Amino acid sequence: MTLDTRGLTAERCIQLLDAREISCRELVSAYLDRIDREDGPIHAFLRTRRELALAEADVLDRDGRSGLAGVPIAFKDILCTRGEETTAGSRILAGHHPIYDAGCVTRAKKAWLIALGKTNMDEFAMGSSTENSAFGVTHNPWAPDRVPGGSSGGSSAAVAAGFTPLALGTDTGGSIRQPAALCGVVGMKPTYGAVSRYGLIAFASSLDQVGPFALTVRDCALLLSAIVAHDPCDTTSVAMPEPVRVPDQDALSGVRIGVPRALLEQGVEPGVRASFEESLGHAEGLGAAISEVALPNAEHALPAYYLIAPAEASANLARFDGVRFGLRVEEPGDSVADMYGRTRAAGFGDEVKRRIMLGTYALSAGYYDAYYGMAQRVRTMIRRDFDSAFAGVDLIATPTSPTVAFGIGERIDDPWAMYASDVLTVPANLAGLPGISIPGGLADGLPVGFQLIGPAFSENRILEAAHALEQAIGFDPVLRVAA
Amino acid sequence: MSRGAAAVGESAPGASVILPAVAITRDDVLHVARLARLSLTDEEAATMEGQLSTILGHVEALAGLDLAAVEPTAHALGSQHVTRPDAARPSWPLDVVLENAPAAQDGAFRVPAT
Repeated sequence: MTLDTRGLTAERCIQLLDAREISCRELVSAYLDRIDREDGPIHAFLRTRRELALAEADVLDRDGRSGLAGVPIAFKDILCTRGEETTAGSRILAGHHPIYDAGCVTRAKKAWLIALGKTNMDEFAMGSSTENSAFGVTHNPWAPDRVPGGSSGGSSAAVAAGFTPLALGTDTGGSIRQPAALCGVVGMKPTYGAVSRYGLIAFASSLDQVGPFALTVRDCALLLSAIVAHDPCDTTSVAMPEPVRVPDQDALSGVRIGVPRALLEQGVEPGVRASFEESLGHAEGLGAAISEVALPNAEHALPAYYLIAPAEASANLARFDGVRFGLRVEEPGDSVADMYGRTRAAGFGDEVKRRIMLGTYALSAGYYDAYYGMAQRVRTMIRRDFDSAFAGVDLIATPTSPTVAFGIGERIDDPWAMYASDVLTVPANLAGLPGISIPGGLADGLPVGFQLIGPAFSENRILEAAHALEQAIGFDPVLRVAA
Repeated sequence: MSRGAAAVGESAPGASVILPAVAITRDDVLHVARLARLSLTDEEAATMEGQLSTILGHVEALAGLDLAAVEPTAHALGSQHVTRPDAARPSWPLDVVLENAPAAQDGAFRVPAT
């Protein structure tokens, strides 16, 4: 049968496979064929792995399957895949073939999800537009002259375009939720530690978290349930206190949702605001109690984040020095220090250099307390704000991004304008909290994201509410990509 | 948006109040680049000078907060020391570890002599 992968959910894939209406090979081929036909102008994928994926599908067709087995998935290229090129979007890792799989990749393989390939991203996950990749820009499937968001823009674009029903990304300051919002798909950042960071090429270790992209909240829950696990290889990973459930509620009776109104003053576009209010109306219609909450320090999250994340990055990226892996640039007569300097100058792009410089400055003698120390204290105040807020409400709602997808090139020369894309997403990272972005509707024909944040390990509560709201909003996945 | 700080103006969506720019000098840039083992061209150093000053100008908004009594947070959900038995376990074979090395010799990573 000819299969239209556009709008096809993972749940529907499973139904088709269970009913033997299609084989795994046919399913995987349908997605790969669409990628081959349509990814040229979008550039969501850096690499596909057709032969390997089809061979894995054949094993399932021969030996039988259950659960998620046979459903295609794509991995952000910051997640190590054993023996298969992993670049983190950087020239410095071009041609790098990791010797192990990331923890989340191992989990996906155990579930027999079929990896289609690796998706494009801002170099080392530093960016909000996927324009910082060393291997070309990714375009938004809704409007090719606009960015897909970032840094996991390849993953969000791939799901939106029907190139894969599921994808993994990483979220350090919004890098799953913001591109999900800008591409009209669902994206979730789990509680810090819920998914192993082993084999996730580190950007800011106290903030980085792996999470799912999907067309629906239920698909998102399915994928999340497959990847959460304690991993002895990541000492910050923790076992979820309860299994992730696939949500089936259609009401929000008694759910208390808080809205930090003051934070919405932060440059939220009128169209985004209107969509947000409409989604809140749906929540109220489903029985939720909406109230205002105060997050008085959330407005300080963005500057604190842009000290803490670069500081951690400057330390994490010290390992890229031309010795153990990746690029080396060396001239005759070079000292080790000369070789380091040359390699890093040639291997890193502008944004990565900027963050390394900023982080090194913030950690350097004489400035450590004034910048890094100050930011860590602000982080404490933000955590306390959330603790106080969650004493009175179950969930907090905001728009995911203050704007819809912006134009390619529009913010690339103004770092702070780009950083401002993250103003509504970074508070959850600083506090380690889970958050989801679901499509709330359209503004000017472009998707708007609706964000729900909950207390640590409240993934099930978030997913239940997001699913109920998704039904009320009625943003049909089949219609999510403009023809 | 920042309360209590002298508002100068707004630029990007969500931008903090911009305080008078922090003066990052060319010498600062070159010093930090040396610490970071990053060779910069003159042009890059000039761009960096302006951009770092602008970014730190936004960050200065935090300086007005009273943080003296606030403990710093390094890890949002608190982290505990994790230990394991001090037992020998197999490690990666040497040839596998050296697979991705730009230069290797005699079972070691090769680097310039000085």
